[in-house]
Amino acid sequence: MHKPSLKSILIGLIPFVAMCFTVALWDQVHPFVLGLPFNIFWIILWILITPIIMSFAYRSERTDIDAKDSGLKGGA
Amino acid sequence: MDNSMVALSVIFGIVLISSIVGMYAGGRYKMNLEQWTVAGRGFGLVLVWLLMAGEIYTTFAFLGASGWAYSRGGPTLYIMAYLTLAYVFSFYFLPQIWEVGKKYGMQTQSDFFHKRYNSKNLAAVASLIGVVFIIPYLQLQLTGLGIIVEVASFGAISRVTAMLVAFGLVAAFVFVSGVRAVAWISVIKDFLMLFAAFFIGIGLPYMYFGGIGEMFTALVNAKPTHLTMPGATKVMGHSWYISTVLLTSFGFYMWPHLFSATFTAKNNNTLRKNAVIMPLYTITMPLIFFVGFTAILVVPGLANGDMALLTIVRQSYSPWFLGVIGAAGALTAMVPAAILILAAAALFAKNFYRPMISPGMTDDQVARLAKVLVVVITLVALYFAIYSATTLVNLLLLGYAGVTQFLPGVLFGLYWKRVTKPGVFTGLVTGIATVAFLVLTKQDPFCGINAGFFALCINFVVTIALSLMTKAEVNPFNDGPAPADEVKGSA
Repeated sequence: MHKPSLKSILIGLIPFVAMCFTVALWDQVHPFVLGLPFNIFWIILWILITPIIMSFAYRSERTDIDAKDSGLKGGA
Repeated sequence: MDNSMVALSVIFGIVLISSIVGMYAGGRYKMNLEQWTVAGRGFGLVLVWLLMAGEIYTTFAFLGASGWAYSRGGPTLYIMAYLTLAYVFSFYFLPQIWEVGKKYGMQTQSDFFHKRYNSKNLAAVASLIGVVFIIPYLQLQLTGLGIIVEVASFGAISRVTAMLVAFGLVAAFVFVSGVRAVAWISVIKDFLMLFAAFFIGIGLPYMYFGGIGEMFTALVNAKPTHLTMPGATKVMGHSWYISTVLLTSFGFYMWPHLFSATFTAKNNNTLRKNAVIMPLYTITMPLIFFVGFTAILVVPGLANGDMALLTIVRQSYSPWFLGVIGAAGALTAMVPAAILILAAAALFAKNFYRPMISPGMTDDQVARLAKVLVVVITLVALYFAIYSATTLVNLLLLGYAGVTQFLPGVLFGLYWKRVTKPGVFTGLVTGIATVAFLVLTKQDPFCGINAGFFALCINFVVTIALSLMTKAEVNPFNDGPAPADEVKGSA
């Protein structure tokens, strides 16, 4: 069984920090951005950013798995 | 035709056509137990995506989220955060679950506990807990369906009658088809849901305020504190938000039906890609929220916030369009309901009834028993739906408080070789007991944090402490070969 690397786990922590732990910093109505109250804007922004961040985690995992597999058997 | 007839006919017509398409698509496959429950592990990226999306966008998202936006305000933001973070979290354990699932021929969540901890008793307890906490989730779908028909009939049909009719249809649908039909019907449902979200999420703020920004400005002027936490509540502040987001994003794939949906994937890379892409599906959620926020100023004073979305749609558009939105809502209740019933029935038959009560059953007999259980489980949920009144979101949070208690057993099962069966068992039971105590004595939130999260922390501490105190066990997942007697079928 392949275990996730520390690097990929650290990447995955970024959205948790932005959307969850830092709530006290961004939970406010002003300033409005693009017509949205700031907290709603912030959450929507991170819904869009998260897949980009996770694609880095994906790439990191893929590299690890391919490196491991090349010595053993191919593909899943 | 009068208004209610138009709206109801449109709903019924769309639901019927979708069901026929789903059954036709699913009916071409011969169903054995593995085919009926995990579709023979043959789903690629697109179908797994649709299946999972179908399970996620339930009545909870459609009526519950808009209802909470209407009645609670700020705290509702937890929904967008937890859905996104649930996929992030899944990246780090679902592919691994799939790997061991394939190796050991797992079909249900309890199979995982059985194989990892080599204990059919632990698996049986896990399956019972799973079924018990699926009930409020199922009840949520039933209640949602009831609300839809009630509003669409302009009050002519009572909610109870509506729920009876709708769930007869769902049970029949599950009975003849299985997971493949459900996946295909999801396609139609997702399309309708997306259309509905965009159309009314943007359309309604424009109709009444001239734009989304204008709607928010008007709302902030009228109710300055509604949009931040704790919003219209007293207890749902930032510590509640953090603990609830953590509980629900960790607990998302602990739902037995979502956990077992993992096994339908063709390979584990599908699951990794899914985890990266899926957060984008959350982008329709803000639109649903906009409807709830618009409704605050347009249809103020509703006793039940869950009716806000349909009430404002009914007031703003012609009856046939109410029918289209109602049909989208009905499918978002029926598809997840079908999946929930299927998972609960399979879990109970396979992991509780056969090992505990009737060990000699064949796979065919288990499949038949599961179909009988479809009816039983539906009736239980129907009973609760008729006799209890709570908001849709609260029902879901209750379910999460329960199923998330599986987390220590699952995570440690994959990643901590020192974890033991007594540790997991005691942690799980302590967690569930804590949830039951706090919820029944109405202490949720507990000291400002989500009661389910508090219970999860206790669960983790107990699991770790007892594992260290008990004798180390062999970890069957430790890269040894799978035991030959348990692997069969398409493994």
